[in-house]
Amino acid sequence: MAEIQSPLPGVFYRRPSPDKDPFVRDGDPVETDQVIGLIEVMKQFSEVRSDAAGTLQAFEVEDGDMVNPGDVIAVVAEG
Amino acid sequence: MALTIEQPGLLTTVQDQGRIGYYHVGIPQGGAMDQESAQAANKLVGNTAAEAVLECTYTGPVLTVDAPTTIAVTGADVPVLVNGEEHPAWRRLELAAGDTLKFGVLRGGARFYLAVRGGIAVPEVLGSRSTYAIGRLGGLDGRKLEAGDVVPVGEPTGLLPEVEEIPERLRPAFSRSLELRIMWGLYDHLLTDEGRRRLVEEEWKLTPVADRMGLRFEGPGVEWIQRRQPFGAGSDPSNIVDAGYAVGSIQVPGGTQPIVLHRDAVSGGGYAMVGTVISADMDLLARAAPGTVTRFRAVSMDEALQARRERTERLEEIWAL
Repeated sequence: MAEIQSPLPGVFYRRPSPDKDPFVRDGDPVETDQVIGLIEVMKQFSEVRSDAAGTLQAFEVEDGDMVNPGDVIAVVAEG
Repeated sequence: MALTIEQPGLLTTVQDQGRIGYYHVGIPQGGAMDQESAQAANKLVGNTAAEAVLECTYTGPVLTVDAPTTIAVTGADVPVLVNGEEHPAWRRLELAAGDTLKFGVLRGGARFYLAVRGGIAVPEVLGSRSTYAIGRLGGLDGRKLEAGDVVPVGEPTGLLPEVEEIPERLRPAFSRSLELRIMWGLYDHLLTDEGRRRLVEEEWKLTPVADRMGLRFEGPGVEWIQRRQPFGAGSDPSNIVDAGYAVGSIQVPGGTQPIVLHRDAVSGGGYAMVGTVISADMDLLARAAPGTVTRFRAVSMDEALQARRERTERLEEIWAL
């Protein structure tokens, strides 16, 4: 099990833009370095990437929630 | 000697004590937002207070050095990693040629500082090396650092101090709650009594909309007196006829979210400044991470000047180490 942590404080988004589909849904396969969300801080959007390959088990934060550095954003079941 | 930037981090800029003397022509003072931390880093590597450092915001750069290099990292609580091994912050570190420096995930605070012995040797522009990115002025090509940049380091100007570490008592705290002292004015008379009460008695939370220009808070909002707007002012009650902005001044556009202007803010405009964060507390504000619960406490000019003296004494104590 790999935990994907937020490197940044800010607002977490699961979609590239409000009218688009989420980057990834619970249960979807993910690759290492795949973008799973965005964090907005200082009017900049930074991509959050998975540091593991496997299945995205669950998001631990909701779309639009505030996150702090080190917060777990999602859990990936490796393999 | 130079630093090669492999990854830049979110917002890494060259900063010094600022560009003083051009505010009246619209060029902000700039400089390291947390001056106390930046100066402590310079102290540890034998620089003067005037040398330029790197200001890193939330995430740090990954960089390599091409020669033996003396560094110190201060400010926000961040793991300092040399070739992957963690080293203490607030302490002088020696890097060997080819070493890689990177940073872990922040444990508190917002901005940390990397001082290099000899200082960051970008050219001075209008008397300062500070990056003013919006004006494309100073720093490295007037912008934040990018991957592939080679950042020049100057020749050492002095001997290394005996002290290798800033003692705990002289290090700032990086807390999730904050009290900022303010002075009322110049436009607090445009707030209702209830509006004034809310600003200084309620809690405000720092939002992620917080950068070198200004830091936006959310909370209960304020109330403006309803008046007929004078000629030249906008229609919103938070608008005034344009006036100069003080560094640290607090605006409340629309009356909902106060913004405290910081070192890269514009020098004037049409929002009423209801108060100003005192100069001694501007470093505290720079240390706050989004989500920090903040109270604004009104103080008198005498208290503000006393706080400024205490801050100066603290800095003198660092330099006397």
